[in-house]
Amino acid sequence: MTLALVLGAALAVLAVLAVARPFLREPVAASDALDEPGELERRRLSLAEERDRALFALKELEFDHRTGKISDDDYRRLVGPLRRRAADALRALEPRAEARHARIARPG
Amino acid sequence: MAALGRAALILSFGLVAYALVGGSFAAWKRKRRLALSAQNALVASFATTLVAALVLWSALARRDLSFVYVAQHTSHSLPLGYALSAFWGGQEGSLLLWLLVLTGYASLAVWLNRRSRDLIAWTVPVLGGIAVFFAFMLCFVSSPFKTAAAPADGAGMVPSLQNPYMLAHPPMLYLGYVGLTIPFAFAMGALLAKRTDERWIVATRRWTLAAWAFLGVGQLLGAHWAYVEIGWGGYYAWDPVENAALMPWLASTAFLHSVMIQEKRGMLKVWNVTLVALAFCLSLFGTFLTRSGVVNSIHSFSQSPIGGWFLGFIAVVTVFSVALIYIRLPLLRARTHLESLVSREATFLYNNLLLVALALTILWGVVYPLLTQAVNGTTRSVSKPYYDFFLHTFGLPLLLLMGIGPLVAWRRASLRALGKTFVIPAAFAVVTGGALIGLGFGSSLPGLLAYTFSSFVAASIVLEFVRGRRATGSIVRLVGRNRRRYGGYVVHAAVVLLAIGIAGSSAYQTVRERSLQPGQSMEAAGYTLTYESLQNRQLQNAQQTSAVVEVSRGSSHVATLHPGKSWFPVEQSASNDVSIYHDPRNLGDVYTIADGISKKGTLDLKVLVKPLVNLVWAAGFLFVFGALVAMWPDAVEQRRLADRYAAVPV
Repeated sequence: MTLALVLGAALAVLAVLAVARPFLREPVAASDALDEPGELERRRLSLAEERDRALFALKELEFDHRTGKISDDDYRRLVGPLRRRAADALRALEPRAEARHARIARPG
Repeated sequence: MAALGRAALILSFGLVAYALVGGSFAAWKRKRRLALSAQNALVASFATTLVAALVLWSALARRDLSFVYVAQHTSHSLPLGYALSAFWGGQEGSLLLWLLVLTGYASLAVWLNRRSRDLIAWTVPVLGGIAVFFAFMLCFVSSPFKTAAAPADGAGMVPSLQNPYMLAHPPMLYLGYVGLTIPFAFAMGALLAKRTDERWIVATRRWTLAAWAFLGVGQLLGAHWAYVEIGWGGYYAWDPVENAALMPWLASTAFLHSVMIQEKRGMLKVWNVTLVALAFCLSLFGTFLTRSGVVNSIHSFSQSPIGGWFLGFIAVVTVFSVALIYIRLPLLRARTHLESLVSREATFLYNNLLLVALALTILWGVVYPLLTQAVNGTTRSVSKPYYDFFLHTFGLPLLLLMGIGPLVAWRRASLRALGKTFVIPAAFAVVTGGALIGLGFGSSLPGLLAYTFSSFVAASIVLEFVRGRRATGSIVRLVGRNRRRYGGYVVHAAVVLLAIGIAGSSAYQTVRERSLQPGQSMEAAGYTLTYESLQNRQLQNAQQTSAVVEVSRGSSHVATLHPGKSWFPVEQSASNDVSIYHDPRNLGDVYTIADGISKKGTLDLKVLVKPLVNLVWAAGFLFVFGALVAMWPDAVEQRRLADRYAAVPV
């Protein structure tokens, strides 16, 4: 019983230390604010996902065409818009475009 | 040491409660250090729960009968392995296993995604909230650390649980059930954080696959346990406890498919979070069914100490999920739409509808007796024909879709291109179906359709690999470039084996029963079984009586079987010991059950000849292989995702 109590107490102390660790390491934090994606970061993430989707769609179209699931006519009709979409997404992620987005996000 | 176990559980409760309350406050008020502290509390709760688990395991190993739980589930003569497996043999131990796996998973998931601070900040309180329920139950409702004066010996373990499969089957299922908590918590965390991007999907992709694979393997292990141990001749009886694991598996299978549409097309966001919530609620419901006692006896429901708590918790989780999804609906609207009803994404959608419909009809079959009991006071239940009808109605089209899906292109497919890709698998299926009718397999329409559709799916999978190899030049490069897709195809092949095995062993099985005296024989599907004699054996904790049955086919002797019965004196209970001959020629079994053994030596022998049944178990190995291929990390994909999230670590 005594051993159990000692072990239980030791476990409790360790648990409290683990929980208190962030406050023990930084008793006074320069900034205690939790990071949060701003409008610009959310927009960038959305564009990156759009770029990945567009590139994936192109890759899949290519593969489906090579394996015979897409006819030549369908391929020619679909590839143009997909290439444009991928190019738009890539362009939007370029630094200059990002700077423009930043200006829009932070007017003035 | 029970005091240490209790103290550890109280600590776990305090820690996860802190993770819930502190974590919610930190995420709401954007407090960084408090959010980290809540994360640490969640990780620390794993350590304290592990201590509690070790205390219980130690008591089970020592057969410390002063623990009420140990006295109820073990005895001095119970072999050590089974004594340790009693951890999940009872309600209290199972709840402790849930909490142990949950806190372990939660710690790992939080640590692996620690850079996604914004998402994790809201995920931690969700995980904490779920853990609070289990810790509360263990501390205040159903403690495994109750003590009493030790009896001379324990009550022992139910004989049917004294089987090696019981060492692995329940933990596998729990790894699956609890694993579904992680995608649920991340999905709810993303909604709480108003995150509409795919970060939560990327973070939980492998967790979902792993949980789904564990559930699948757990069910197959359970099916094999029922087959070799219960002794009724089958492996799945639509028992509510079996259905309990099947329902979340079906819902998560639907999610694994539909989430691909969100990743690749940005569609179905609402549907995906709904499916994740459904899968998690069904996993809770599965635990409730298994552990509340409600399925052993409908009337014991009100006496169960955990049934009401569990139902209340499921209601809270359901209301919370529905309300949150409803509130966030404006953020979840897709900007793209389905371009054609003949496309890969459309087939995924059809497959989703069928999977969810099957899961919900099974759910209705499970809850129907409870509802009739609650409403009328009399229990009315549905039985095998109900489930078989819906399995045929939804399962067979699902099987067919598994073959159609891979042949259809993303976005849209023209009828001409479809015709080209369909011609070989369709021709193969027609030839197979015709040949089967010619061979007399038309006696069962569902069986014939299952075989024919399976041949279509098998041909389409082979064709996919052949065409893909031709396009990329190497099978290794082909699979390496898209592990999820080709791992998925391997899993589809496993489902084909499963379907063939189930159809063969159920639609085309032969059953014969006869009372035999020593020296007498009986025939079953071309096999001759001759009863020679009886023999008795003393096992570690049981007395076994078995018959010696010689099996021959034509003029050749193929096996000696020993069907019998065992008597467990401590448990005051008997078990059926079935004996099986695996015939490598037809991948089937000759399954013998000693239904009765009289004192005069008369044997009531039941023989089931089950063609192709071993494909069901072979499917398990292929399923695991396919799941591993799909889960295996892809370096190119990792780099792409690292690039995507590099600038947005939150």
